[in-house]
This record gives sequence, C-alpha cells and structure tokens, in this order.
Amino acid sequence: MKLHIVIWISREDTMRSIFKTGAAALAATTLLAGAAAAQELSGVLRIISDMSDPAPRAVMEGLASEFDALHPNLSVELTVVDREAWKTQIRNALSANPPDVVNWYAANRMAPFVNAGLFMDITEWWDAGDFAGLESVRGALTQDDRVWGVPYTYYQWGIYYREDIFAELGLSEPETWEQELANCQVIVDSGRHCYAIGSRFLWPAGGWFDYLNMRTNGFDFHMALARGEIAWTDDRVRATFANWRQLIDMGAFIPDHQTYDWQEALPLMVSGEATGYLMGNFAVDLMRSGGLTDDQLDFYQFPIITPGLPQGEDAPTDTFHVAAGAQNVDAARAFLQFVTSAEVQTRINGPEGLGQLPVNANASVADDEFIQQGFAMLSQNAPGGIAQFFDRDWPAEMAAIGMEGLQEFMVFPDNLDDILERLEAARQRIY
Amino acid sequence: MSSTATPAMAQREARAEATWLQRNRMTVTPILFLLPGLLFFLVYVIAPIFQSFHISLYDWDGLGEARYVGLANYEELLDDRNFEVSLWNNVKWLALYLLAIPAGLFIALFLNQTVTGIRLYKSLFFFPFVLSQVVVGLVFSWFYLPREGLLNATLAVFGLGPVNILGDPDLATYGIIAAGLWPQTAYCMILYLTGLNAVDPEQVEAGRLDGAKGWKMLWYVILPQLKPATFIAFVVTIIGALRSFDLISVMTNGGPFGSTRVLSFYMFEKALGEFGFRMGYGSAIAVVLFLIMLVFIAYFLWQMWRDERTARHG
Repeated sequence: MKLHIVIWISREDTMRSIFKTGAAALAATTLLAGAAAAQELSGVLRIISDMSDPAPRAVMEGLASEFDALHPNLSVELTVVDREAWKTQIRNALSANPPDVVNWYAANRMAPFVNAGLFMDITEWWDAGDFAGLESVRGALTQDDRVWGVPYTYYQWGIYYREDIFAELGLSEPETWEQELANCQVIVDSGRHCYAIGSRFLWPAGGWFDYLNMRTNGFDFHMALARGEIAWTDDRVRATFANWRQLIDMGAFIPDHQTYDWQEALPLMVSGEATGYLMGNFAVDLMRSGGLTDDQLDFYQFPIITPGLPQGEDAPTDTFHVAAGAQNVDAARAFLQFVTSAEVQTRINGPEGLGQLPVNANASVADDEFIQQGFAMLSQNAPGGIAQFFDRDWPAEMAAIGMEGLQEFMVFPDNLDDILERLEAARQRIY
Repeated sequence: MSSTATPAMAQREARAEATWLQRNRMTVTPILFLLPGLLFFLVYVIAPIFQSFHISLYDWDGLGEARYVGLANYEELLDDRNFEVSLWNNVKWLALYLLAIPAGLFIALFLNQTVTGIRLYKSLFFFPFVLSQVVVGLVFSWFYLPREGLLNATLAVFGLGPVNILGDPDLATYGIIAAGLWPQTAYCMILYLTGLNAVDPEQVEAGRLDGAKGWKMLWYVILPQLKPATFIAFVVTIIGALRSFDLISVMTNGGPFGSTRVLSFYMFEKALGEFGFRMGYGSAIAVVLFLIMLVFIAYFLWQMWRDERTARHG
C-alpha cells in the first residue's frame, strides 16, 4: 500500500506561487474603474486551481495577480494542482484546512461535495445580484434548489474535420444521418478513417454516446437515462447503439483506439489518416499547434438522426466554488464577482486566454472561427438543452462502469447484450 | 526475631529495588530499542489492517456519514465480475512472475565466470532493476504500440501481422507481466550472483570427482547450497506479484475495459480513483487481498522460524 502513496505524490505536480501585495505592477487601470467595489478586503485569499495546462495556468496566475493588485491589503495565495490529480485531491483539500476558493465542475460532479456540506451555499449572493449576466447558467450550478458556485468558462463539443480533405473528396458538412453515412463511406473508400478517437481513458467514448443518444432519442430521454429513470436494456437505448454500430461496422473509427489517449490520436487527424474528431473545443489549440491551419480545419454540429427532435448539445462548464470552511468569505465573494464580470470574462475566454466561451451574457465572444461557431450553435441551435457530459451528468460510479461498457462496445460490438445487462444491473444497484 | 528480620528484609528489598533495572537490563534494553519501531509498526501497519476490516462493514464515501451495512460489501464482491477478473489476474501474476526465479538463476550462472569486462555485463543485466517501474511501464508500452512500436516492426520483418498487445483484453495482462519480469529477473539474478559467491568450491570439486556434471551438478550440488537465495527470491517475487500496481496504472490504466485490473488496482479505483470513493467496498477488496497475502506471509514466517530452529539446534 505504500506504493500508492508514492505514485500519487509523484503525480501531484503542485506548484505554489504566492503573489505578494504589489508584486504585479500591471495593475490594469481599466480594471480598477470597472470591477473594484471599493471594499476594504484584507488578509489572505487562498485559491486552489486545477488550471494546470499552459494556457489556463497563465490565465489563472494572471487573475490571481490582478485581483491581488486591486486590493492592496489583501494577498492572494494561489496553488495550481495538476488537473487529473485534483479530481482525487479535492477531497482532502476541502476536508482538512480548506482554502477559500477552489475549481471544480458543474452538475452531478458537485453532488458529493454538496451532500457532504463542503461547498458553501451561495444562493444569497446570486439573489443579491452579484453575478449579473449569468442567469442562464444558474441551473447547472443548482442542486436542491440552492446554488453552490459560479461558472467561469464553457466550451462546445462537435465534429472538427479536415476541410481540405472534404473539399478534395467533394464532400460537404452533413446535416442528417444519411448524409453522414454517405460521407463516411466516401472517406473510408478513399483509404481513410472518418474519425480519430483515443478511448484509453474512456471519456471520449462517452462523448460519442452522448451525441448519438441525444440525436436518436432526444435530450430529455438522455437526461432521464442519466437520472436512472430508464433501463439500459430499453429498446430506445438499443436503437442508439444500433446507429453507433453502423459507423463501427463500416470502419469509421481508427483501429486500436483503446490503446491511445485522446492526444495520441490527434496525429492521425493531422496526417489526414482520419478526417474528423468528435471533441471539445479545447482540441483546436492542439490541432493548430500540430500544424493544421484554419483553412484545413473546420467544425460542424453533430448531424440530426431522428428528424424533428430538438438538438441537445454537450457544453461542459468549469466552475469556482467557495469552500464551506473558507476563512476569508468576503474576499472569496469579491473574487467570484471579479471572475464572472463581463470584462474579465471577455478577456480570460479570449484567444489569448482559454479560447473558450464566456459565461457572462454581456461579455463579447472572441473573434475566432471555432469559438464563434460554437457560440452560434449553443445559443441558436441547441433548443433541446445543454448537457454537461457523460462523466458529469451520470453519478460517478455509473459513469465509470458505463464508459467502460461503451469502450468495450466500440471494440467488440457483438458483446452489446452482455454490456447492457451489466449496465442495467449497475443502474438498479446505484440509484 | 522480628527485630532482626525486619531490617534484613528491608535491606533485601532495597537491593532488589535498586537493581531491578540492572538485573533486567538484558530484557529492557532491546525492548527500549525496539519501542519506537514497534510503535510505528503498530500505528501505520497493524492498526490500518483492523481499520480496513472495520470500514469494510460500512457504506462510506469518505466524506459524509458512514452507514453500517454488515457483510453487504462482501456479498456484492461475490457477483462482481470485475472483482473476479482482478482475482484471476492476480493468479496469473503470481504464477507467471515466478518465472523470474529460474530466469534469474540461469543468467546468474551464465554471468558467474571470470571474463574480461564481466563486471560491465553484470551491471548491464542489473540495469533494469535500477529503473523506476513507471519508466519500465512507459518503455514497454511504447515497445508494444500497435503502429509505431518496435515489437510490431520486428514482427513485420518476419511477415507477421500487427498485434495490439495492450489493446487486446486477452493479451494485455500477459504483456504487462512480461514488462514486470524484466526488472524482476534482474533482481533474482543479483540474489543468485551473491549466492553463487558462497558456494563451497570443495563440494563442487568433490561432486566432480564423483562424476557429477551439467544438470546433475546443478541440481544436487549447486542448488541445495543456493537455498537461502532461492527463498529470498521467492519471497520478493511473490510480494512483487501481489503488489503489482504501478505497471498496470502506467501501461493500461486497468483497461481495455477493466481486463488488466488486479486486486490492488481495483481496490485503489474503488476507494480512491476518480469515480470511486466507495471506501467500504474498497476496504472489502483490501481485506480479501490481505487474506491472500496472509497465506504467503504465514508460510514465509513458518519457514523462517523453522530455519532458525534448525540453525540453533544444529
């Protein structure tokens, strides 16, 4: 058992950066005018963030130093934890000597901490109008009719594809399932695969299920399945898998995807061996740095399968929460207000920052091909509803067992009956 | 009578009191020296064992209230297919990992000669044991890669088809065990190399005069003298097999679809993994793993006790 501890320490990769008062001389004067509510904040504000990738990390460190500079008597202490490691470390962090503000995810992922009373109920701050412009996303942070945090960014999912190869093969963006299958047949006949995917860490398979199920049976059915109200052995669920199987049987997906993680599958897309990738918008950054230009890369919404169903979309939301044991509640409140303000939202989600969608309705969306398309899609073409993602909408244990089954289905589609019975048994036990 | 007896008794008592420490020095000193170690062993090893037993009777997410559920966690284990797979994988690990012992022995015999530069060869063979298990795992997972890996490049030379070892649920566990055998064989080799130094040349000479050579020499003369080394190699290999965790975590993360999990990995996933936090269930798995280990631990202890007794009584 000693062994495990060693591993987790080595994966910890925690870095500590303390911003002393006045350290950041870039006290953006425009900000002072905009956000400072002239509160006399003092003491220390302790933040633990999971924004450990290079670009998000720079954003988070910038936010901390700006907020620090805004409040001369307050010093902000930021700890950045590796994003994957944080998923397990948050428990310890919140129970013993909790910081004031932490990063986490919306929807069901909050449930264990809300139920254990580790997140602070901040409904009153919402009601007091602290977070103007965020009304539309309040639902994702609500549980038991109380609000438990604020979002700071979200991003669309959809199919990123090689525009140049589509042009070469004379294909256009598919809007229906028939067009999708026809396109894919042409791509397969040209010796390529339609989709790159790396399912080693399971969740990319969850994305495929989310979309196929939302398009086959609709958003409401999908969420009912997530809430455990529908059996996995239901014929409608089988219909989703039957559609999925059409793609699998025609060789749409790259082989051996169970061995790769999602980044390792990207080179296939860059080299043109696979022409599309169902992913979140965070993939664009890596595709671009892999050498694809915006002329080669484009985006389309997942095609319609059952006509007439309002489209639902996955748009996972990342959040800030105040720990129940926070020491500096006033500063935490001011920080949440600062992060969600229209001006900061525009800036941190811009192309220089996260390259994602701002949560504040009054913020402006970055002038980027993919962010613009995503924003238009989510605001105008997602009448069904916005889902968080398989591993955030389903309860944790069901999500883990479910995604394992989805991966198995993608490799051995013949095992479907067995997989569905297993998932159904798990559903009956878990809910 | 009484007037003479009382001072004498008091005197005797006084002497007894003054010398208690001195008289028991041989007992007290080792106890005092052992005390810090024992205390840590008690707090960090013995107590958690009982704590695991205790927690395994509860339904607890590590945060909220723990709910007593009796043996429900163990009942669930009985129909849990993942548990069954993990258990079988542990058996595979135990059986195949033992191959490290004969492999180590033969490499040791091969290297046990005086040739120029033998020290260099020895250190080259020992090298994998120095590597971190994580590095070993990474190296092997690259070696196995279905498209780019060295293994498939080699197979292609012989016209054999590409094989995705870590992506095939029937092969993945064997692929990981093979990776684990690399450093483990080196470990056994070094144990045998030291053992071979202690082999009595006179006995070898005597054996040779009696006409023993080759396999007979090895089996009847060399191996009996290597018994202590074999015992230690057996112990470290069994322990290594049962606590296999880092290789699995690095190479497959338990996948594809859970086919490479072993009990320690499954316990970790259920109790501390991203989607886990079922402390009770994880503890129940830990208890089962502990009971399996207990069989071996009991055997090892008994063996050591027997060896010590024969050593003492000649």
